[in-house]
Amino acid sequence: MKRVQFSHPLMPYMLLLPQLAIVGVFFLWPAAEAIRASFYLEDPFGFGSTFVGLDNFKDVVSASEYSRTAWFTLIFSAAVTFFSLSIALLLAVKADNVIKGASTYRTLLMWVYAIAPPVAGLVGVMLFDQHIGPLNDLAHALGWNMQIGVNYFDTAFAMTVIAVWKQIPINFIFFLSGLQSVPKSVQEAAAVDCRSSSRRFWTVTFPLLAPTSFFLLIINITYALFDTFGIIDLVLKGEPGNNPVTLVYKVFLDGFRGNDLGGSSAQSVILMILVFALTVVQFRMIERRVHYS
Amino acid sequence: MAGIQLNTLRKIYAGNVEAVKGISIDIKDGEFIVLVGPSGCGKSTLLRMVAGLETITDGELFIGDRLVNNVEPADRDIAMVFQNYALYPHMTVYNNLAYGLKNRSIPKDEIEKRVRKAAEILEIGDFLDRRPRQLSGGQRQRVAMGRAIVREPAAFLFDEPLSNLDAKLRVQMRMEIKKLQKELGTTSLYVTHDQLEAMTLADRLVVLSGGVVEQIGSPIDVYEKPASTFVATFIGSPAMNLLPLAKSGNEWKLDNGATVDVKLNTDLSDLILGVRPEDLVIEELSEKFDTGLHTALTVHVVEPVGAESYVHGTIGEGSVDVVVRAPGKLHFEPGQILKVTAKPEKLHTFDTKSGKRIELEGALETA
Repeated sequence: MKRVQFSHPLMPYMLLLPQLAIVGVFFLWPAAEAIRASFYLEDPFGFGSTFVGLDNFKDVVSASEYSRTAWFTLIFSAAVTFFSLSIALLLAVKADNVIKGASTYRTLLMWVYAIAPPVAGLVGVMLFDQHIGPLNDLAHALGWNMQIGVNYFDTAFAMTVIAVWKQIPINFIFFLSGLQSVPKSVQEAAAVDCRSSSRRFWTVTFPLLAPTSFFLLIINITYALFDTFGIIDLVLKGEPGNNPVTLVYKVFLDGFRGNDLGGSSAQSVILMILVFALTVVQFRMIERRVHYS
Repeated sequence: MAGIQLNTLRKIYAGNVEAVKGISIDIKDGEFIVLVGPSGCGKSTLLRMVAGLETITDGELFIGDRLVNNVEPADRDIAMVFQNYALYPHMTVYNNLAYGLKNRSIPKDEIEKRVRKAAEILEIGDFLDRRPRQLSGGQRQRVAMGRAIVREPAAFLFDEPLSNLDAKLRVQMRMEIKKLQKELGTTSLYVTHDQLEAMTLADRLVVLSGGVVEQIGSPIDVYEKPASTFVATFIGSPAMNLLPLAKSGNEWKLDNGATVDVKLNTDLSDLILGVRPEDLVIEELSEKFDTGLHTALTVHVVEPVGAESYVHGTIGEGSVDVVVRAPGKLHFEPGQILKVTAKPEKLHTFDTKSGKRIELEGALETA
């Protein structure tokens, strides 16, 4: 590769400056501020703050509300990750086998991906709407008295379905390209060696998809934990009441609705540690992950 | 073990492209058949139809006594060796070999026995715990062969298995495949575009062109009695010289006016005369034949290839390149005129239009 020579030693740093400035202003500074704030009790009206050490953390962790939210977040993330991955994989395998009109199928399956997340969330909310939502009508027709925003389980169900639905296309794209990179001759060799196509899938195709699957697993956990904020907000219409929320949403609620900046900051520091741990796991696993070919 | 019967097999792809146009071959039990032809001749498609990896548009395929047109590849009792080996990258060599057996619920100790035996035959016993990416090309090739052997199938199908190897290894593996096939006695169908591979491996050769069979026969038959100009030029290197032969009065003449007395029961007024480069002899270097072909050759280039030399030249104005394969290292100046000759029994004649072989009535005689 050709190395670019800079006329002045400071030049590369100058070129990096805009990016570094954005990272600094919008990420590092707020993060540092959050860590600082997590050790203080902030006056809700901005009249000074008191250092309270680890009290914010103690309060957060000991609150039953917090463990309830943590449990919901765990179950919600697991469900979203599992269903968005498995449904996408199923669709990708089926789409990979389609010969006639293959590109039409694929385009239709990727369609949702092209919609901006808030719009997709809105569409999802409309589908579950109490008055005009067809999915709500369907549930009622099946004898399920679905009440989004009122019933805890129903609300969680709607959130999960919308979050899964929004995430399927991106998983589908990755799985499909992963499937297409499995050498055709290897699949043919398997066809000669093994009669059952499902067995072939689990013993040959799926192991060869492992790198893709692992990458998507990380992406999907991150998505379910953090990027579902918008969908949750739309489903709850900003009024959580007694409904389920995730940890990230609770940070927002406590900080900006509850005006408990210290407690909210403590929660976001806990989340930061969680993300850090996830990242470490991810990198360690990626290093150990088998590279085929 | 079983024979394979192909009855007017046809393959038509979407868009009405006919890749295989009604091919019939009767493969006997234990026979080594090589399908040879240029790329796009349908040889791989035909092999894949036998394997079950391509559907059969029309015709019948029997493996043993069983009609297998609609039988899954795994149920056809065949094993295939692929061009790029197609090993399972995530499995060890042992598991690569065992995979096809495990799926057929063969007892574990039997699998172990067969894998060890195949590994011993192929000398890959030391690599059984490795993964394919840790092996060299030749070793991967052996593993691919091993995967076929352990299955103990009715037939082996080879799809250009040696084309990814370097020249030296290819010659070595070629010999081993031949030896192995004779030892095991398993019916084999082998696809290649390499005519040398085809000649050395085959019990019978099937020369394909444009989705049809040009000729089926033993390698020597195909070489000595090519059924068409296509086969004549495809098999043999350098290719057979083809010269137009036209009737003038009662005599057959070459372009340069040299007369060849041909006894032919034909109404045709022109033919193609074929003569292999090694059958053309430079008169100055050998005894003179009284009969056969005699003509003058204007030398253009001499290619010394070691034990022999290829002398390229023309016979008269507008003549095609004529190659003479002569023993030894020869030196001729460009423009030098040589007398070349060929024995009558070494001459071939073909129909100009169809390219089909026309058998001579007795030998050709020179005028």
